[in-house]
Amino acid sequence: MSQKVLLSAKEIDIILHRLACQLVENHTDFKNSVLIGIQPRGVFLAERLLKILQKEYALNNVRYGRLDITFYRDDFRRGEKPLEANKTKIDFIVEDQRVIFIDDVLYSGRSIRAALTAIQSFGRPKEIELLSLIDRRFSRHLPIQPDYNGRQVDAINEEKVKVNWKENDGEDVVYLISK
Amino acid sequence: MSELSVDHLLGIKYLKKEDIELIFKTADHFKEVINRPIKKVPSLRDVTIANLFFENSTRTRLSFELAEKRLSADVINFSAASSSVKKGETLIDTVNNILSMKVDMVVMRHPNPGAGIFLSKNVNASIINAGDGAHEHPTQALLDTYSIRERLGSVGGKKVVIVGDILHSRVALSNIFALKLQGADVKVCGPKTLIPKYIESLGVGVETDLRKALQWCDVANMLRVQNERMDISYFPTTREYTQQFGLNKKILDSLDKEIVVMHPGPINRGVEITSDVADSEHAIILNQVQNGVAIRMAVIYLLASKIKQ
Repeated sequence: MSQKVLLSAKEIDIILHRLACQLVENHTDFKNSVLIGIQPRGVFLAERLLKILQKEYALNNVRYGRLDITFYRDDFRRGEKPLEANKTKIDFIVEDQRVIFIDDVLYSGRSIRAALTAIQSFGRPKEIELLSLIDRRFSRHLPIQPDYNGRQVDAINEEKVKVNWKENDGEDVVYLISK
Repeated sequence: MSELSVDHLLGIKYLKKEDIELIFKTADHFKEVINRPIKKVPSLRDVTIANLFFENSTRTRLSFELAEKRLSADVINFSAASSSVKKGETLIDTVNNILSMKVDMVVMRHPNPGAGIFLSKNVNASIINAGDGAHEHPTQALLDTYSIRERLGSVGGKKVVIVGDILHSRVALSNIFALKLQGADVKVCGPKTLIPKYIESLGVGVETDLRKALQWCDVANMLRVQNERMDISYFPTTREYTQQFGLNKKILDSLDKEIVVMHPGPINRGVEITSDVADSEHAIILNQVQNGVAIRMAVIYLLASKIKQ
């Protein structure tokens, strides 16, 4: 097994600021927009972006929720390992709101498919956008594309992209791991 | 641990402590789900569940059916009163006929103790015991201890007294197993005639004075007097039972501490518990019912995830 650094801490920082800037460009004051971090690993990215929005754009009232998609996945009873759920915490109704899904890696698109179904339990959003840090293009199983994208990666299926966050894994870094 | 150690839920006796922890953790998620504007998840859309009730039930049956529907399972209901059981069909035949219609899971209540275990050995489906005679009622004990955990933070170290008809109660037996497994102290209280002879061998204490029992405990679980299971007289009159073992506001107020009052339902108001206690803030009876749906969703979800396609 070998691993290669795809993005360093510095590169991640630059990308996060660009993504935050793009969000502000499209959503200005976030009055009718909400951020939804996809559990488990999208929440770290979402919380980072939230911090930048608060600190650098003084957007202190951006609504933010965490969405778990376990019960909406299409591979229930199909895998070897049982699926383990995480906490969903959305304290608002998304009816008529502009929802921004945030996840670290966009791969097959199946998680986002599940999230699209899951979010309906909280109302009918006006629109849904997708932000991902890493877009593994050419690996999609479904017609789902990101609206905001950190870095595109042409990884092959046997390879794994792992996003580490300081608050959870001790350092900010993105690895490409191959067997 | 992310998987149950069992393929069927036949009784608490067969569970490990980690199983209960996993069920509670999963139920926490489902409790959040059932409080959403849309209370449904699509997880079990390719699973079919048969609810077989060979004995009357309102709450448990509705609770199971709701849990199954909230998980998007297909549900068929069966009650003994309107079936071929009356025509002399055996249990295995009845169930195998239902299973041949491609059913994955069976929830069964039956008047005979051990019916669920018998079935699990003879048919090819995941079985959930929804009460078998005076033996076990595992989902009730899970929701009871889950409600204690919700109210008091944990079950371990808490003192729980189960009051009433212990002899005929599957709720009592399952609760004793579940409470002991999670590290609670358990006593039973009731007329001597309604306390099984060797109950102490399960590691529970016996108290025949209700006041002393209540003074000792953090939680009192008041059981219903099961007249339908009593073929002989176990106490002189209902009035005398109520005077000795009925919980009322007066006795509750006379304690020098606050206790949590539970009841598995259906309540005989004025017999084992008075209305002013049952409807007071000490009682978590309706929380128990709400938690029942979340617990049953968790059990069904976790067992269904073990059925391989």
